[in-house]
Amino acid sequence: MLARISRRLAGLLATLFAASFVIFAAVYAAPGDPAVFLAGGRDKLTPERLASVRAQYHLDEPLVVQYGRWLWDSVHLDLGRSFQYSDQVGDLIAARLPTTLELVAYATVLFVVLGVGAGILAAVRRSTWVDSAVVGGTTLAASVPSFVAAIALVSLFGVQLGWFPVTGSGTGLTGTLHHLTLPALSLALGALAIISRVTRQAMADAAASDHVEAARASGVPERDIIRRHVLRNALGPIVTMCGLVMAGMLAGTVVVETAFGLSGIGSLLVGAINAHDFPVAQAVLLLMVTGYVVVTTLVDLVHPLLDPRVKEVRTV
Amino acid sequence: MTEATETTESTETTESTERAEATPTLLSLEDLTVRVPGTARPLLDSVTLTVAEGEVVGLVGESGSGKSTTAKAALGLLPTGASCEGSVRVDGTDVLRLRGEALRTHRADTVAMIHQDPRATLNPVRRIGDFLVERGATRERAVELLAAVGLSDPEHRARQRPHELSGGMLQRVVIAGALAARPRLLLADEATSALDVTTQAEILTQLRTAREEQGAGLLFITHDLHLAAAYCDRVYVMYAGRVVEERTARALFTAPAHPYTRGLLSCSPTLGESRALVPIQGRPPSLSDTFPGCPFAPRCGEAEEECETWLPERVPLEEGASVACRVVGRRSAGRNGWAQPTTAGQTKNKVSHG
Amino acid sequence: MTTLALRPVATGRRTRRRPVGVLLATAALVLVVLAAALAPLLAPYAPDAIDLSASLAGTSGDHLLGTDSSGQDLLSRVLFGARTSLIAPLLLLTVAALLGVTLGVLSAWRGGWVDTLVSRLTDVMYAFPGLLFTVLIIAVFGTGTTTSVLALGLAFTPTVARYTRSLALSEVRKPYVDAYRVQGMGGTRICALHLVPNLGRAVLGYLVVLFGEALMSLATLSYLGFGAQPPSSDWGLMVQEGQSAVVQGALLPALVPGTAIALVVVSVNVAGVWAADRLGSQD
Repeated sequence: MLARISRRLAGLLATLFAASFVIFAAVYAAPGDPAVFLAGGRDKLTPERLASVRAQYHLDEPLVVQYGRWLWDSVHLDLGRSFQYSDQVGDLIAARLPTTLELVAYATVLFVVLGVGAGILAAVRRSTWVDSAVVGGTTLAASVPSFVAAIALVSLFGVQLGWFPVTGSGTGLTGTLHHLTLPALSLALGALAIISRVTRQAMADAAASDHVEAARASGVPERDIIRRHVLRNALGPIVTMCGLVMAGMLAGTVVVETAFGLSGIGSLLVGAINAHDFPVAQAVLLLMVTGYVVVTTLVDLVHPLLDPRVKEVRTV
Repeated sequence: MTEATETTESTETTESTERAEATPTLLSLEDLTVRVPGTARPLLDSVTLTVAEGEVVGLVGESGSGKSTTAKAALGLLPTGASCEGSVRVDGTDVLRLRGEALRTHRADTVAMIHQDPRATLNPVRRIGDFLVERGATRERAVELLAAVGLSDPEHRARQRPHELSGGMLQRVVIAGALAARPRLLLADEATSALDVTTQAEILTQLRTAREEQGAGLLFITHDLHLAAAYCDRVYVMYAGRVVEERTARALFTAPAHPYTRGLLSCSPTLGESRALVPIQGRPPSLSDTFPGCPFAPRCGEAEEECETWLPERVPLEEGASVACRVVGRRSAGRNGWAQPTTAGQTKNKVSHG
Repeated sequence: MTTLALRPVATGRRTRRRPVGVLLATAALVLVVLAAALAPLLAPYAPDAIDLSASLAGTSGDHLLGTDSSGQDLLSRVLFGARTSLIAPLLLLTVAALLGVTLGVLSAWRGGWVDTLVSRLTDVMYAFPGLLFTVLIIAVFGTGTTTSVLALGLAFTPTVARYTRSLALSEVRKPYVDAYRVQGMGGTRICALHLVPNLGRAVLGYLVVLFGEALMSLATLSYLGFGAQPPSSDWGLMVQEGQSAVVQGALLPALVPGTAIALVVVSVNVAGVWAADRLGSQD
C-alpha cells in the first residue's frame, strides 16, 4: 500500500514538472518580445528602457534558469505580477478561486445526483423505454456544447421564466445557490451521459454476479439487492468516473464562467489570454493542471478503499 | 395436464407407501416441462419428482441434464423467457403461480438453496454476519449458526469478509445461511463438489445433522452417483432433461435398471473391485440435439430399432420405483406378467389399479 | 463512444438495417452538407449585409429566422457559417490524423525509447484537462481560425496516436510484415505501403467518432473569441455575438446557431458511431 502510494506520488510530481515546464516554455517560445509589451509598446521604446525591463523581469537569463526561478516562486505562492492589472497574480486568483470552486462543487453535486440516479434507473429498468430514454437523453445532452446549453438555459429559465438571475455570482448561501444553479447545470449536463453510462454498465456487470442471483433465490427483497449488492459492488467504477469528471470540470469553468459573466479563474484565464497577460495565464493554467492531476491521483488512491479484496491484497 | 395430475394424485391416495403416509410430501413436481426459446429440446421434459418431509433425495446426472433447473423450479426460479407446463408444489403451494411478494416470501422462508461455488454465492464486499442477517438470522443467531456448522471463533468469523476464509469454511457459511430462515426444504446443488474429500465428508455430516434437527427435506444434487447412493434415501437419475430412473438408493446401487445408470456406475472406479472401467460411448447431449424417441438410444448398447421412436415413459419397477426404458420395461413385463405399456394413460391406470 | 449499444447478449448475426435514429441523423447531415454547399444559392441575403433598420427583427417573411443586432439575416449567416463550421473540424482531424498516425505507427514499429518518448509526451498532454492545452497554444500564438485548427489538431494528436499504436502493435505481429522484411523491404516502405493502409479503415472510423467533439471544441474556441474572428459567420462566434441580445429578450441570434451546432453534433454522434461500428467490424 505504502509502495503504491509513493509510486503514485512520484508519478504525480513527474507529471507536474513536465506540465509546468510545457506551460513555461510555451510562453518563453512565444513570438514577439514580452519586454516590448512590458515596456509599454514600440512607440516609446529605447534600448535602455528595454534592457531595464529585461533585467527587472529576469528576461535576460537562460530558459532553464527562468523556469527554475518561476517554479520556485510558484511553489512559494509568489506567482508574479499581472501585466494587465499590475496586481499580484496570487491575489487575483485568491479573489476568484472561491467562485470557481463553488461552481465546480455545485456542478459535481448535480451530475452525481442526476447522473448516478439516471444510471440506476436505466439499470433497474433495463431494456425498457426508461432505459432508452436515459441513454438517448444523456447522449443528446452530451452533444450540446456547454456554452450552447448555457444560452438555452438562460433563454428559458432566466429570460422567459425569470426564475434565475442571468449573470453574477450572488452573496450568501441561498444567493450563491440561486446565481450558480444555471451555470452549474450547464457544466453538469455534458457529464450526465458518461456518468449514467458508467453507472448503468457497472450495475449491469454487478447484477450478473452469481451472488446476486443467490440473494434473489433466497428471497432477499429487491430493494436490498439493488442497494447492498448491485450498487454497492458497482461503486468502484462509479466513484472513479465521478472523480475524473469532477477534476476535468476545472477546465470546463473557462467556458461556463465566460457565458454567465462569473468572475472566477476560468474567466480570468480568458481575459488574460485576450490581454496577453502571460503571468496570469501561466498561473491559472498551472493551477488548473495541478488541481486536475492531484484529483485524478487521489481518485486512483481512493479506489482500493471501496473494494476490501484489493485493500487486503495490497496490505498483505 | 389436469388429467395426468389427477391420475397421479389418485395413485398417491390409493397406493401410497407407509413411509409416504407417515410423512406428507413436501416438494412435488408433476410432469414439469420447461422450454426456453432458442433450444431444440426442452430443458426439462415431463419431470415428476417428490421429496417428503425429512427425506434425503438424490438427483444425479451429467452437467446439462437439467438437475439445477429442476432444483431452481422449486424456488420458482426459471430461466428468462422460459415457458412451462406441469406443476411445482411445495407444501401444497403452486410455486409457479406465485408472484411478487408471495414468491419472495416463499424463497425467503420455505426453501433454501445451497449453491455449488460458495465464493460466488457470497458478496465479496460484505461481511459474513451481514450475509446471515440478510438471510433472516438475528446477530446472535448468526453467531450460533456459524458455531453450529462447525466454524471456530464464530464472533470473529461474522466480522470477516469472504476472501479471508477458505472454500470449505465458506461452504459452511453458505449452509449456515441456508439454515438461517429455518426452511422446510433444502436444495443442495453440487454443494460439496468443489471441496476436497475430507472437507466434503465433514460438510455432508454437518448438512445431515442440521437437516435432521430442523426436520427439513433435502434435495441433494450431484454428478456423483456413488455419493448419492451412499448419502440419500432415494435417487432420481436424469438424462437430457428427463428422469430416466427413480429408485431407493440401495436398489439403485445393487440393481441399476436403466442402461444409462448402469453405464454411470461402471464408468466410475470403486475401491476393492478390479473390474474394467467402461465409459459410456458418445457424448452428452446438448440443448441443440433433438430426439424422436428415447434420448439415450444413440449412446445405448442395448438400444433396439424401436427405441429410436419410443417416447420415454415411466415403467414401474418394484414399489415406488420406476425406469424410463423400453427394453427394461419389456423384460420386466415378461417376468411379472405385465403388459407392455403403449400409452402414458394406460400405464398410469395400470399403476393405480395394479 | 462506441459502447452506446450495451446489449446483454449478442444474438446471432448483427442486423444490417439502419435504426430510425441513424436514418434521421444521416438525413440531417446530408441536409446540412447540401445547405453549406448551396449556401450562395439558398441564402436570401449576403451573410454580412448589415441593415441596422432591421436590428433584432423576429421571424418574418423577409427574415425567416430573424436578424441579429446588426440586422444581418440569421438564416443566411447560418447557411454560410455551415461552411467554416464543417470544414474546420475536417482540417483539424486531418492534422491530428497525419501527426497521430505517424507517431502511433512509429512507436509501435520502433518500440524501445521511441515508444517510451511518445508515450511520455502524450502523458504530459493528457495532464491538461479539456481544452487547456489548446488554450495554452492560443495564449502563446494568438487567436484566429488557423491557430485554433492547428492547436486543436495538436491536442487531438495523442488520442489518435494511442489508438493507432494499439492497432499497429497487433498488425506488426502479422506474418505479412515479416514476409516483406525478409524480402529486404525497408521499414518505412512497409509502414507506408502496407501497415498504414491496413489500419486505414479502423482509424477512419475512429476519426468519424471524433468529428463531433472536434466541431464542439472549435465552436467553443470561437465562442470564447479565440477562434474565428468577425465578420466570420462561424456558428460559435454567432452565439457569442448573439448572447448580449438574449438579455434583451431576443433569443434567436444566439439560439439559431446554437441549435445548428447541437443538431450537427447529435447527428454526427448518432450516425458516426453507427458508421464507425461498420468500419471497424468489416475488417
